[in-house]
Amino acid sequence: MTATQSFYHASAPPGLTGIKAWLLTHDHKRLGLMYLGAITFWFVLAMFLGLLLRTELMSQGRTIMNAETYNAFFTLHGVIMIFLFMIPGIPAIFGNFFLPIQLGTDDVFFPRLNLFSWYLFMFGGLFAILSLFAGEGFPDTGWTFYVPFSVGITSNVGLTVTAAFILGMSSMLTGLNFVTTFHRMRDKSMGLMQIPLFTWSLYATAWVQILATPVISITFVLIILERFLHIGLFDPDKGGDPLLYQHLFWMYSHPAVYVMILPGMGVISEIIPVFSRKSIFGYKAIVWSSMAIAIAGSLVWAHHMFTSGMSDVSVFAFSLLTYIVAIPSAVKVFSWVSTMYKGSIEMTPPLLLSLIFIYLFSVGGLTGLVLGSAGTNIHVHDTHFVVGHFHFVMFGGTGFAFFAALHFWWPKMFGVMYRFKPAYIGAVLTGVGFFFHYVPMLILGMQGMPRRYYDYLPQYETGNFLAGFGGYLLIIGMMIMFVNLLMSFRQRVPAPADPWGATTLEWTVPSPPPVHNFIQKPQIEGFPYDFTRVSERFQQSGK
Amino acid sequence: MSSQIDRAGIKLGMWLFLYSEIILFGGLFVLYAAYLHRYSEFFAEGGKELDRMIGTINTVVLLISSFTVAASITAMQRNAKKQTVGFLLFSIACGIIFLVNKYFEWGAKIHHDIYPNSETLVSGEPGVNIFFGLYYVITGLHGLHVIIGMVLLSISLVFVLTGKITPSRFSMLDNSGLYWHLVDLIWIFVFPLFYLVL
Amino acid sequence: MDNQEKQHVLSFTQLGMVLAILLVLTGITVGVSYIHMGFFNIPIALAIACTKVTFVLLFFMHLKYEGRVINISFISTVIVLIILIGFTFWDVAYR
Repeated sequence: MTATQSFYHASAPPGLTGIKAWLLTHDHKRLGLMYLGAITFWFVLAMFLGLLLRTELMSQGRTIMNAETYNAFFTLHGVIMIFLFMIPGIPAIFGNFFLPIQLGTDDVFFPRLNLFSWYLFMFGGLFAILSLFAGEGFPDTGWTFYVPFSVGITSNVGLTVTAAFILGMSSMLTGLNFVTTFHRMRDKSMGLMQIPLFTWSLYATAWVQILATPVISITFVLIILERFLHIGLFDPDKGGDPLLYQHLFWMYSHPAVYVMILPGMGVISEIIPVFSRKSIFGYKAIVWSSMAIAIAGSLVWAHHMFTSGMSDVSVFAFSLLTYIVAIPSAVKVFSWVSTMYKGSIEMTPPLLLSLIFIYLFSVGGLTGLVLGSAGTNIHVHDTHFVVGHFHFVMFGGTGFAFFAALHFWWPKMFGVMYRFKPAYIGAVLTGVGFFFHYVPMLILGMQGMPRRYYDYLPQYETGNFLAGFGGYLLIIGMMIMFVNLLMSFRQRVPAPADPWGATTLEWTVPSPPPVHNFIQKPQIEGFPYDFTRVSERFQQSGK
Repeated sequence: MSSQIDRAGIKLGMWLFLYSEIILFGGLFVLYAAYLHRYSEFFAEGGKELDRMIGTINTVVLLISSFTVAASITAMQRNAKKQTVGFLLFSIACGIIFLVNKYFEWGAKIHHDIYPNSETLVSGEPGVNIFFGLYYVITGLHGLHVIIGMVLLSISLVFVLTGKITPSRFSMLDNSGLYWHLVDLIWIFVFPLFYLVL
Repeated sequence: MDNQEKQHVLSFTQLGMVLAILLVLTGITVGVSYIHMGFFNIPIALAIACTKVTFVLLFFMHLKYEGRVINISFISTVIVLIILIGFTFWDVAYR
């Protein structure tokens, strides 16, 4: 029965075996897993870099490395986390695997382009590794590559920004693929308001990937041109304005953070209804808020530049706009919580991780208000408060959403179930470690400790030591979660098509899915979060 | 797997790609706009040094080539293969003419010590340095896209000759045409911004 | 989706007329550049450029005959570009 064979045993295009069935695949599911492998490698590498950084900071003066190494390490930590984990993460892995299935179709619109995107991702990563070892070593500019420093220094800025350029192309093409698939390939009977929220979040994200990424592409091209040709476009001695670099840089890099968070929010919107056994509250509001976040998020870039010397008009305008972005995000948080209200809650690892997400993301968002208000920003700009803020939203937010997605879709992707108890222990330890790691940073920042500093004044030592301790807890918690998931391959407890009682289309196909996703034509429900049949099924089985 | 080709979908994908190209150049136009505001008189001074005639000829050449590319698609839709080939060849020739003109323009400027980091520009007015800095970057990136466009048109030409492109299956030609038109669109803005801002 | 949707064919005459308009507009914009109107030269040149671009988009690129998705997304892209340039001016114009 070849039609029901899992996609591991059949290749698309047909006839490929062994390593070729992976390296030449058109199958969006195999590509999703190939991204998972590569991205996990980069995440673990960047995670250990982070641990080394925080270990260095645990005591004043030199602890385990010198200042130059520290600077290169925080640059590398940022570059890897942002360009090789956060931005591709959820879309490239879970988006690739599940968007076509959620839409009721058999693949993305441009499967070969999808494969090309993966090769671009790997190639970009290769360039990043090259920039570590070639020539004069890895840059120490911070992942933001501000001029004039990035133009003048001799370390491998050129190679690193080329890596980021290639990775940007990969991201842009994935977005292109998803938009085309969304419009042209969804099942005929699935209207716009019947599309699952994860897919909607990927759609909003895809537009940002297409329209914002080219700005950073041209910005990095200009860095390379300046390094080689010394044109002077950002050099005041030659008539240039360094602030224009910052404008161009943040025109992408701010919308980029919405590329990072929107798919994570989409994951949470899928998980909460399932484990509340209740339809999502405010489906339309969540759809509109996803598009609103994508749009509004593209209007606020200069809130990274309040202290840069730009005009007061600009400071006022961007501060005002920044407050507007908070609104659609809050809509989502209200919707998730309202979904759980009077629901039939079943605690599972994906739900626990989602709840931690909601808490940490909300805290992070609130600290964003302190940063978005121009007056208070002056006090905390370039301090550890910023570092705390973005780790709350990016790690507490997207990071935990990533873990939640792994735990939610693991049985579907691999056909095996993992043990819950270690997952709970790992999740709680990660959450507690997170708290001890990042809350001190918020306080240290308020107290005036700058970011990206190798050393600090004596009064900051306690906070930094506490943060380091939290960091070790954090790592242990994450390791427990990862090892537990990997152990599921050894335990081999088979997973049914629908282990959770979910309603979207990926749960109607076998675990793992067959190569063309659907054996019979998918039945599109009137509304993607209708739990009546699920409730009946569970009532019958006595749960 | 769907065996029918979704032409509208392929075209949508191409338009999405064009949007990314528009924004790519858009970043450079942000710089141009900001610097024009700051250095208006010096931009005018720099603009006077550019040859308006060559710029106009290049504009006309690209406009005509856009016409012939669009015409090649009409010809393909009417199954007039010879016409398609003729129009495509003419379009590619226009691209060559454009690039040759550019080569002479740049050559003349470089000969007069006007190029990034040259003595004249570095020691002269900063506004003029920025004008020519943007000139080289924007026309350089545009020229690269002309080359890419010509490659795409050439590939389409080969496919037409070998029968891979037919009246019922000509997305490759269609999309190469769209790319070429984009190159024309960008030049339509570049021309007045550099040659006519006097 | 309709794979066999009728492709709109533009005749050589129609295309030729568009080219003629474009060449005339080019002539006008070059001509106007010889008349010195100070500040107004740039907005006029840009307005003519926008007109030319509109003709190329609508007819050579068939945008007039495309569906809603392409039309709305194209206009959105232009709006994004206007925002990128426009919002930068809050800084650049008021320093």
